[in-house]
Amino acid sequence: MRRLAVTLVFIAAVVAVVILNGRAAGSAVPSAAASIRLHEVASVTGIDFVHQSPTLDPQVQHIAPHIAALGACVSVADVNNDGWADLYFTSSRFGAANALYLNQKDGKFRDVAGQAGVAALNRAGEGVSMAAVWGDYDNDGFEDLFVSKWGYQQLQRNLGNGTFADVTAEAGLRRWMNSNGAVWLDFDRDGLLDLYVTGYFRSDIDFWNLRSTRIMQHSWEFATNGGKNLLFKNLGQGRFQDVTDSLGVGSTRWTLAAAAADFNDDGWPDLYLANDYGPEELYLNREGKRFELARAGLQDDSKSGMAVTVGDVYNRGRHDVFVTNISEKGFLFQGNNLRVNFLKELDRFDEIASGVVADAGWAWGAQFGDLNNDGLLDLVVANGFISADSTRSYWYAMSKIAGAQGNIFEDARNWPAIGTASLSGFERSRVLMNRGADGFVDVAEESGVTDRLDGRAVAMADLFNRGVLDVIVANENARALIYRNADSARGHWVELKLVGSRSNRSAIGAEVTVEFGNVRQRQVVDGGSGFCSQNDRRLHFGLGTARPGRVLIRWPSGREQTLEGLQADELHVITEPA
Amino acid sequence: MTSAPAPAEASARSVVASAIDPRYLIVFLITLVLVLGEARYGILGGYDRLATTLGISLITEVVLSWWLRGRVANLASAYITGISLALLTKPQANILWPFALGAFLAIASKYVLTYRGRHLWNPSNFAIALMVLVASDSVAILSHQWGNDLRINLVIWAFGLVIAWRAKVLHVTLAYVVCFIVLALMRNAIVGGPLLAELAPITGPMYQLFVFFMVTDPRTTVGTRRGRVIVVAIVALVEALIRVAGDFQLPLLRPFYVSPPILALAIVGPIAMLWDLRRTAGRPDSRTAKA
Repeated sequence: MRRLAVTLVFIAAVVAVVILNGRAAGSAVPSAAASIRLHEVASVTGIDFVHQSPTLDPQVQHIAPHIAALGACVSVADVNNDGWADLYFTSSRFGAANALYLNQKDGKFRDVAGQAGVAALNRAGEGVSMAAVWGDYDNDGFEDLFVSKWGYQQLQRNLGNGTFADVTAEAGLRRWMNSNGAVWLDFDRDGLLDLYVTGYFRSDIDFWNLRSTRIMQHSWEFATNGGKNLLFKNLGQGRFQDVTDSLGVGSTRWTLAAAAADFNDDGWPDLYLANDYGPEELYLNREGKRFELARAGLQDDSKSGMAVTVGDVYNRGRHDVFVTNISEKGFLFQGNNLRVNFLKELDRFDEIASGVVADAGWAWGAQFGDLNNDGLLDLVVANGFISADSTRSYWYAMSKIAGAQGNIFEDARNWPAIGTASLSGFERSRVLMNRGADGFVDVAEESGVTDRLDGRAVAMADLFNRGVLDVIVANENARALIYRNADSARGHWVELKLVGSRSNRSAIGAEVTVEFGNVRQRQVVDGGSGFCSQNDRRLHFGLGTARPGRVLIRWPSGREQTLEGLQADELHVITEPA
Repeated sequence: MTSAPAPAEASARSVVASAIDPRYLIVFLITLVLVLGEARYGILGGYDRLATTLGISLITEVVLSWWLRGRVANLASAYITGISLALLTKPQANILWPFALGAFLAIASKYVLTYRGRHLWNPSNFAIALMVLVASDSVAILSHQWGNDLRINLVIWAFGLVIAWRAKVLHVTLAYVVCFIVLALMRNAIVGGPLLAELAPITGPMYQLFVFFMVTDPRTTVGTRRGRVIVVAIVALVEALIRVAGDFQLPLLRPFYVSPPILALAIVGPIAMLWDLRRTAGRPDSRTAKA
């Protein structure tokens, strides 16, 4: 009898495993009453951009789809100061053109990259584009363009007449790197935008003339043999100086993305890095004189960071962080990280991701934004790595070397050939609606986001000046998508365009806290975030049923400003007091 | 993962080669793996995981042994199982239930899945195999969360080989390693590609746990030295077949690709035990325990 009882409990435990597994995130698409509606309108708007991945040296041809599955980027800026957001997309193959889509203000866009001189950046000997960020580095009132490349980095100065000039060499930025991202920030608050460029592969690697195949990571969890990140101080007069070592921010982890914001609220912009094959890193800015690598609970949690986005998830007036990672059923559950900021109280972040937030598949770009104007920041995550032959997967082959000694897989020659196989391909994007204390719920299907392209960069902007955020997704080896926000704008909103005077003109790094109802939400003017992307620098606050209360602005110069009585449902242009 | 041998049996088989009981050598080795892995790599991913597997393994062992057999069993086996599951189980996000249910099922399997009083599966092997087969949406297995560092692995291999020798199971470990290498060469001849890619898995952390704790478990393998070598060779062969199926992308076997050695042992181990127990039934030196 006792044995029978134990047997029954044993069977019940097995059944419990099956039931609980069935409830796992990602097992099924949960249903939810979505108040977010997005319609894909790229072709309607005239955006027909198709990204092309790079071709590489024949020595790594057997895993080229894996190495080269990067470079589909999008960044947003009002390039011609007409009050409408424009878009820049990068392609990554020699001869393929990047695209600069000017907003025609009538719901359509027009590619002017060729005339502007920012199309033909992908050339043999010069490298290919991997990311781009906009910032007015010379404070002339026009947004300039920095393009991260596998090859020579490029700085394009906006001449204000619809054309750009390549000023890379005279700026002191002509460096060969294998970079997948950059972020503008004014780390020393001198009113000039500085530049942090991330390194992924080592910078001595020329992917079209390989001298060695020992180019891969030496660890899947603690690799430090990536490209060195570089910090360039803006000296004025169009010149930059490499201050990486003296400031202490030359991480050689495989950094895929960076974001800058004042995470510890000390008035100085810090750097948060998402590193592939390693733990995330937070570099705290010590009054512009040096950066210190903070522990902050990050050092022991090593995953495969792909993107980093900053948002005040619970309207506490803090910058929380979302970092994307990899999950594949049966093989690997790294899980995305949602880190709630307790730096002031506890000197650390608390990682709270679970369910749909943690598991989005092989996640890439992500951005926070209040898509339904309910006062809570939602989250869009692009997913999927390599979509090729849907009947073949590279996961098993990769698993053979993933656990091995580092000196085996550091050599690309020892990797199994990927052939036509997919690797976490055909994954769907996620739209995670923030319900406050009730957590996030995945409403992608219900909201109309059904694509299964290999998403990379995600950016958000009010593309059509309607008071709602639209979503732009750049896909690897595929067309770009524009998700126009439709019928989501139930609540009030307020948008702020900041113009620096003592600060950099782009106001990048300005910290804005809007009080509404009984909460306050903090946002930072974006100098680059997500994965190889940049949101519009106009800040969008959804307010729900409330009206805007006090608005606190801390400009990059350090000056603080308080505004009251701002009208709801309007864009406000705020110039920094002299 | 190794079930500690019962004292009488251990004595009969002259397993104890010195004053130190081999089960405690195994306890030392798994503790060493735990300490090195956690100190160097934070391999656990949270002490709550270790507390869960260890706590439930020990409690289940105490309760079931007392309730079903009238005495509390030696807890070395439950300790090894608890630590093994904490190291090997890599679940989605921060869920704890795979650790809790895995630990219970591992220990309970020793009392439920038995034949002639002997359990058929290595407890950890059973639990991990079950999890990856029926709960792959929630559970993965230790793969690269070990830093891929040769130095740490050499420490484990050095201690492991010495302890396997002292515990008189070195022939099992070495037989498996030799078979794996030979079969890797054969697999490479079949599927092509870099040879090192086929040899690479055995340099990884999961194999350390497999060759020193799981495949050597004296409680769940056959009674003779020759038989153990044959069984472990068959395990390696089945693993190789799973791997070849993985290379050729046989959809039917996809659930097995995630952990070929664990699942090969889960298939071969109990069959070998059943065969051995039936073969020796009624003999004076019968391996059937008098539970």
